[in-house]
Amino acid sequence: MAQILFEGTKEQMHRLMDCINEHRSEKGALMPVLHEAQNIYGYLPAEVQTIIADELGLPLAEVYGVATFYSQFSLTPKGKHRISICLGTACYVKGSDKILEAVEHELRITCGECTPDKKFSIESCRCVGACGLAPVMIIDGEVYGKVTAADVKGILDKYMQD
Amino acid sequence: MVNLKINGIAVSVPEGSTILDAAKLANVRIPTLCYLKDVQCVGSCRMCLVEATGARGLVTACTYPVSEGMEVRTNTPRVRKSRKTTLELILSTHKKKCLSCVRSMNCELQKLALEYNAEEDRFGTDHDIKPVDDLSASVVRDNSKCIMCTRCVAACDNQTIGAIGPKNRGYAKTIGSPYDVSLAFTPCVNCGQCVVACPVGALYEKSAVADVWGAIVDPDKQVVFYTAPSVRATLGEAFSFPVGTNVEGKMITAIKQLGDVKCFNMDITADLTIMEEANELLSRLKNGGVTPMFTSCCPGWIKFAEHYYPEILPNISTCKSPQEMFSALLKTYYCEKHGIKPENLYVVSVIPCTAKKFEITREELGEYTDAALTTRELAKMIKEAGIDFANLSDGEYDLPFGEASGAGAIFGATGGVMEAALRTAAVKLGGSGAPLQFKEVRGTEGVKEAEYNIGGAKVSVAVASGLGNARKVIESIKSGEKNYTFVEIMACPGGCINGGGQPYVHDEVRNNIDLKTLRAQALYDYDEDRSVRRSHENPAVEQLYKEYFGEPNSHKAHKLLHTSYCKREKY
Repeated sequence: MAQILFEGTKEQMHRLMDCINEHRSEKGALMPVLHEAQNIYGYLPAEVQTIIADELGLPLAEVYGVATFYSQFSLTPKGKHRISICLGTACYVKGSDKILEAVEHELRITCGECTPDKKFSIESCRCVGACGLAPVMIIDGEVYGKVTAADVKGILDKYMQD
Repeated sequence: MVNLKINGIAVSVPEGSTILDAAKLANVRIPTLCYLKDVQCVGSCRMCLVEATGARGLVTACTYPVSEGMEVRTNTPRVRKSRKTTLELILSTHKKKCLSCVRSMNCELQKLALEYNAEEDRFGTDHDIKPVDDLSASVVRDNSKCIMCTRCVAACDNQTIGAIGPKNRGYAKTIGSPYDVSLAFTPCVNCGQCVVACPVGALYEKSAVADVWGAIVDPDKQVVFYTAPSVRATLGEAFSFPVGTNVEGKMITAIKQLGDVKCFNMDITADLTIMEEANELLSRLKNGGVTPMFTSCCPGWIKFAEHYYPEILPNISTCKSPQEMFSALLKTYYCEKHGIKPENLYVVSVIPCTAKKFEITREELGEYTDAALTTRELAKMIKEAGIDFANLSDGEYDLPFGEASGAGAIFGATGGVMEAALRTAAVKLGGSGAPLQFKEVRGTEGVKEAEYNIGGAKVSVAVASGLGNARKVIESIKSGEKNYTFVEIMACPGGCINGGGQPYVHDEVRNNIDLKTLRAQALYDYDEDRSVRRSHENPAVEQLYKEYFGEPNSHKAHKLLHTSYCKREKY
């Protein structure tokens, strides 16, 4: 997996510590703190998990266990452009797995990862309610319908520029 | 009291008891897998499912509370079918390489599979081969054998370490350290409580057996073994002796039959520890050094302090553990005396402990111990050598490290080091008529406290076993709530007799007997039988000071018998 260095700002750390202090004395503080940490950083970097573990007096193994149990938590950063490919039933039978493959091939990362330059990240989702457009790919909230594997490069090129 | 019937047998049990507790009283056996007394009770494996009136569906006996008039059936066709299917599902993802498994014939899963006629491949046999983590100096994890009972996780959490836990979800779930780092790079203290909690072959010690066999047949090597105090009290279990049988004589004979080897008694350096430690404590008290002083015999406790309480490292006695004292003696004093080159002497310690495997890799201790064998590994070697252990005659330790004091022997049980120290202190400071028994520090409770008047001075002591209890004692000292003179800490609950290198004891046995008390009793009985019961009266120790060290904490003693500690990061 592509290794991406953790870069946190002082302001992010302040927000994290505020959140930890708010929940510190509560039982079950870990979930709300992880939620907020993901809001602050966009994902749960190892360094942040270590801080949370130390501050809440929990083993890192427990923090990591919770972070990897729930699919809503991400251990990898999100790119500037977030690509989401629908693997719901309608899109899937229309070949969205081939689109995912093409995107993975084009960006040289796998689903759930972020490119080393932090420009793109790929995730999969389940049914966005646009089955008439299947197969569907979403980039930064913009929906692309009836996509074919051959279209992928052209669509991505638009985002490569900036 | 609550009255209920188990398979038609009437029992009455205190309110809040579980069906499993009640079944025990009715002498009805219910199989368990994830349940382990004093370690874990979560009802996740579904082996102990039973039918109970008033319950919806089958319920887990280990967690389900009894109620008045309840009727429980533990062995109906429905229950048996459910257990069989559960086993078959577990087996579908288990690496069934049973013949060469470390737990073959001693595996809880294998035993249950046989009892329930479980088919090993009813749900297919393909499973992922997961990587084996063998980078730790003490513990090896083979997750292809793991059945996710999480007994190891609970054992580690009870020790307040939490080096391992469940990761991911569903089919991707595994047990291990965060981020797939090896256990070697976590705050694991190597206590091995996870190993003795594991029902299958997913966790075992890093074996030194092959190395020791190699040294035994090497014509250039002279091999010496020495055995830790508690090994005599537990080795018999590996050969079907009842728990708590002292097999010292057979153990010595067996070791000597492994090849041309000598066998010494580690109790001697336990006695030596008392001499050095008592001297250190008195000098701390006299010269205003930091107190309370903590014992330093347990390498699990030392690593724990280095990770979690670096601020109390100055409070820990600088004495090496009895293992490291013994090896240092052998490679210096013994080699000099017998004209042996230290590199030709192969030193093997037999210990109840996986943390001592890590200890021998510590650079600051010098390369004195060549191999550390757990009680289990010694049993394996004896079996490999085809020795008929049960019918061996009793042998005796070799000189000059043969006879030791009873005080050295009780080092193997929680409170033993403290009692040994008190015995000597009572004589040195109190004179004649000093007591021999200090019962307040005996027993398997996690924390014991006592106050004694020794030679007019008030001595306040605490004894903790299990690292969760150690934490409680340290926190109470740090907060100023408690004030002690001397504190003994053992990483494993109950001390070395319950160490991570001791023979595997099935849940069925462990759940129904007081393992720690029975094993410890063997050591206290052994102590009563000794003619010498105080460390400073041990003739071998007197001889050592006369011939080699001069006096406790002399320059030579300081160099060979003392060490230092360093702060460690957690990750």
